[in-house]
Amino acid sequence: MSRTVYLDNNATTMIAPEVVAAMQPYLTDFYGNPSSMHSFGGGVRRQVDQARASVAALFNATPEEIIFTAGGSEGDNQAILGTLELLPSNKRHFITTRVEHPAVREVGHYLRDQRGYRLTELPVDSDGALDLEQLERSIAEDTGLISVMWANNETGVIFPIEKIAAIAKARGVLFHTDAVQVAGKLPIDLKKIPVDLLSMSGHKIHAPKGIGALYVREGTKINPLIHGGHQENGKRAGTENVPGIIGLGRAAELALDGMSEESGRVRALRDRLEKGLLASCTDSRVNGRNRLHNTLNVSFEFIEGESILLMLDEYGICASSGSACASGSLEPSYVLRALGIPFTAVHGSIRFSLSRYTTDEDIDAVLERMPGIVDRLREISPFVQKEA
Amino acid sequence: MWDYTDKVMDHFRHPRNVGFIKDADGVGEVGSMACGDALRLMFKLDEQGRIEDVKFQTFGCGSAIASASALTEMLRGKTLEEAEKLTNQDIAEFLGGLPEQKMHCSVLGREALEAAIENYRNGTIGQVQLEGRVVCICFGVTEEKIERAIRENGLSTVDQVTNYTKAGGGCGGCKDEIAQILERINGHLAVKESQPEVSKPKRKLTNIQKIQLIQETIDREIRPELKKDGGDVELVDVDGDKVILSLRGSCVECRVAQFTLKTLVEPKLKSFVSEDLVVVEAK
Ligand code: FES
Repeated sequence: MSRTVYLDNNATTMIAPEVVAAMQPYLTDFYGNPSSMHSFGGGVRRQVDQARASVAALFNATPEEIIFTAGGSEGDNQAILGTLELLPSNKRHFITTRVEHPAVREVGHYLRDQRGYRLTELPVDSDGALDLEQLERSIAEDTGLISVMWANNETGVIFPIEKIAAIAKARGVLFHTDAVQVAGKLPIDLKKIPVDLLSMSGHKIHAPKGIGALYVREGTKINPLIHGGHQENGKRAGTENVPGIIGLGRAAELALDGMSEESGRVRALRDRLEKGLLASCTDSRVNGRNRLHNTLNVSFEFIEGESILLMLDEYGICASSGSACASGSLEPSYVLRALGIPFTAVHGSIRFSLSRYTTDEDIDAVLERMPGIVDRLREISPFVQKEA
Repeated sequence: MWDYTDKVMDHFRHPRNVGFIKDADGVGEVGSMACGDALRLMFKLDEQGRIEDVKFQTFGCGSAIASASALTEMLRGKTLEEAEKLTNQDIAEFLGGLPEQKMHCSVLGREALEAAIENYRNGTIGQVQLEGRVVCICFGVTEEKIERAIRENGLSTVDQVTNYTKAGGGCGGCKDEIAQILERINGHLAVKESQPEVSKPKRKLTNIQKIQLIQETIDREIRPELKKDGGDVELVDVDGDKVILSLRGSCVECRVAQFTLKTLVEPKLKSFVSEDLVVVEAK
């Protein structure tokens, strides 16, 4: 197989070499427990605090507002469950959207189906955008929490979090955002945006899997998801994942460093890929508007996504698909369906997601291979009318 | 990623007998683009009545392409009587096995073959007509097809039926009925996906309140959605927990109208009005 062309960064990213280097001593020499009284543990504690400050800096937050978690899903779960149960008993309405990551969506369904909460899942239009007036109208007396992702993992569509947070604040409703896809990619200033809770994940920003963070605005009441010791200010028990935390801290510093240059470079690569694919493959369309600079979701009509992925894989190209067949369920992507994209196009959708390690050669490789793959599969497809 | 056998990958990479036979003796078409897989199978017989040429076109995943390719290889040289005996298991075995969740691809192959033979013998249009009662509305799967998949493949769980026929893979509303069919055929209790019994706090609504709430939900939550695709919906009647609706505009012709009712309209009404509601289309 040829060199790996990795364009599946919304799924997970490569661990940055600098991150590996920063973590290394904490896997070997500095194994002390940060909760210990001796200085061997105390030294580790200081480094953990340093990492906390680095993560806080990503959001212009204070270190006290950061809880280390095991990742995005844990952060989402704690943000929603941990705050709702502390609200007055008449606040049993939860508002979210139809395109959330399962870590929010399934919590909503759990609250509705097993805990008797009222759930509103807001629709999106064909560009993937929310109707803010509808959002505002859906807020009622009993609304306790609104959770809207900052950017969608499948399409990259960015939601106007500033406006949504302001609406929630004006109505006295708590607001959480799943920022897994934007943390470290877009500048976020929580001093200016009244978000109450924000979750992020390490492995989407070149830190390892199994570490993440939840921002909880000072003064927001939240219960732990994991009870036990007093770690994380009593908000998450369990001995700290020190190497992970050190890695996340370093990854946050790297992300903050030169964020705007990086995003400009990645956007240019993404745009070149987009233009090239649309030009060389007929009957293809881009899904979603106003997208994150690293994401491109394209549908190729008349052919099926898993087949495309398997063929790309032969050339060492990694991407992903909203096709049902690739996921093991029989339903194609609920996110793309929520945009009203016809089934036919959803089945043939491919997501390319780039990172700071994506190169010109990577884009060339896709542009070189994709038209042939599309042609080959369309040769086989009964839906392509060929001249006899 | 799926664990496909080398043979599946070989047939996926180098599908045999792709193409179109202009003057085919039999043509069978099954599936649809909306469902995510479709197959067109064509054959031509020689003087002895053996399959001399066979070609296929398919829209589908790796295992759908491989299954169709395998089928054509198996068919060449067979009489129709011999061909008829091929089962979906034979196709899967030829490929060294398919992932359980992909067994429906082999079923699709067998169905296309049957449709093509039908087309040759009776001049039917060569598309599988839904016969018998439709159990799974989302994927248009009939009772007959489910029964057959259970018998021929010795299925014993609802999940298996879903893997082989797709029935139950959409909204899940037909799972109870699939369990009953399993029970009837296997003669004992089927293993159903365990669903936690939860009692939801129920709102007590008078009839008038219920109808009002249904109408409100339709106006606010459902109609705007349908309008986007040029469709509309009208409340015809409410009979106990049965909500009788009539689809309008482009929704009427939409092949996935039932899907819309079950995956958009019903869940909305359930979540905003009452868990007990079922939506049916006015005839
Ligand atoms: S899955 Fe069978 S009716 Fe929806």
